[in-house]
Amino acid sequence: MTAHSVDPEKDPIRPGSTNVVTIVVDGASVTGVRGQTLAGVLLSAGYVSWRGTSRGDRPRGLFCGIGVCFDCVAVVNGLSDVRVCQRRADDGDVVTFQSDHPDSSVEEQSSDAP
Amino acid sequence: MKIVVIGAGPAGLAAARAALDANQRVVLLDAADDLGGQYWRHLPSSRPSSNEAVLHHQWTNFVELRARLEDDPLCEVVTSAHVWAIDRAGIHVLVGPPDGPDRERRTYPTDAVVVATGAHDRVLPVPGWELPGVYSAGGAQALAKGDRVAVGERVLVAGSGPFLLPVALSLANSTSTVVGVVEASRARRVASSWAARPWELVGARTKVAEAGSYAREFARHRIPYVMGRAVTAIHGAECVESVTIAAVDSSWAPIVGTEYSLAVDAVCLGHGFTPRLELAIALGCQLNDRRFVAIDEGQRTSVVGVYAAGEITGVGGADLALVEGTIAGHLAAGGRLDDEVLGQARRHRATWRRFAARLDVAHAIGERWSQWLTPETTICRCEDVTYQQLRTVARVTDSSGLRSLKLTSRAGLGICQGRTCGRTIESLLGAWSNEGGLIDGVTTDRRPIAVPVRLGELRVDSRDAATD
Repeated sequence: MTAHSVDPEKDPIRPGSTNVVTIVVDGASVTGVRGQTLAGVLLSAGYVSWRGTSRGDRPRGLFCGIGVCFDCVAVVNGLSDVRVCQRRADDGDVVTFQSDHPDSSVEEQSSDAP
Repeated sequence: MKIVVIGAGPAGLAAARAALDANQRVVLLDAADDLGGQYWRHLPSSRPSSNEAVLHHQWTNFVELRARLEDDPLCEVVTSAHVWAIDRAGIHVLVGPPDGPDRERRTYPTDAVVVATGAHDRVLPVPGWELPGVYSAGGAQALAKGDRVAVGERVLVAGSGPFLLPVALSLANSTSTVVGVVEASRARRVASSWAARPWELVGARTKVAEAGSYAREFARHRIPYVMGRAVTAIHGAECVESVTIAAVDSSWAPIVGTEYSLAVDAVCLGHGFTPRLELAIALGCQLNDRRFVAIDEGQRTSVVGVYAAGEITGVGGADLALVEGTIAGHLAAGGRLDDEVLGQARRHRATWRRFAARLDVAHAIGERWSQWLTPETTICRCEDVTYQQLRTVARVTDSSGLRSLKLTSRAGLGICQGRTCGRTIESLLGAWSNEGGLIDGVTTDRRPIAVPVRLGELRVDSRDAATD
């Protein structure tokens, strides 16, 4: 296990009750804590990378966490190049991995996206 | 008059309060969906907790500041406000979700502006730093404070500067095991910059207390702190598995034979900060020779009506940002520098600036850090440009112009617009070019389009017309 949501039982901030948020990541249903960013939900669910770079198709996930480096961009609800570290997860959000490499075929966006 | 404050971190919040105290109208803009900036990045109201203060310094101060601004009818707080351009027509803002679509277009006047856009981590390239599981120190901090996500089970924090300490503590307070904090500056250098002229630090007693509390907390969490060492390589197949650490000399060149490795599942790197200058540059503000926004004693920039406060005027921490913001806001509201109300802020500013100057000396990037690079090391993360490719372009083209070197190598031309690698490619290319360094007067700081905008969001015929 690498990145993970802090276990509320052990969290020194003594969190109150939280709600679940459910998103779809490359077709799979993934849950996180309401209020988390899409990046936070992805990392907590065990995803470490969700984009391929434009030249070498090298894997990228979250790096700067504050919207500066653009490593973490993904396709969100059919819209490419969204910095997932900057966007709070909403129920039903559809996140699709993004490859910026010209050789990789960009998947058609699913028509059932909200 | 309406004073526009750009950025709602410590400097911007203090500027807004000072302007409101002088009975002026304020518009406070920030790209995030809540106030606080990176320093007071926190959980959204949907995630209440009884002890969030454990993750923050001066949390009560923030809560009071926020309440003061939100309760004041003279203050218009605009969150999710992405300033994307500034020109004669004003400050152009898109309000809505980050990266769109369908954000609302607004334009604010520029006759009284306080720029408080802050800074982001400067991360020097290290072999393997592009692997998933490597984070900027600020990124790990943001996840801990804003998402309650711990970046790993066994985490190493490395780089230089006092910011590594709160980052390590945030991780420890997020149930990670911090296997070490690795500071590149050597103990002797840090000690000598502190020991010199101790009377200058008399006003900075709270900082000494803060240092003491870090020492206690590090002991409690058993976090080892080592100086004069650097992470010189990061290893892993799909993501981070281990790091190589080496002793470095006073110029940060690794010392052969001192390497050892450590198993980790995440690495957090920070080698200082880069000011976020694009909006100040768009406003026409001159920079000083240290490449921060040039200001006078009244936080006035070179442009009439434009003030600057916080990290864009020099990296100095939240205490300095707060007092600079207070002075900037007061003057932007028509107040005078010698007004009695600024007496304390001016005295504190002098103290914190002396303090910041010492940190600058103690933790400045060593001039031979690049000796830990290998030919295959990624320099530009967006465009996958390696050290060897950059070097080859510089040699083959024999160019001394940053613009042409960027175009031929593609370094700094990717989606981050050179924010991550810009200063690094400038320093590497500058060192290789014949004599006088880079000669075209170009830097990587200028970005006329400050954040990405979707073309559809600029269409004149969009919602306004369509909804009529």
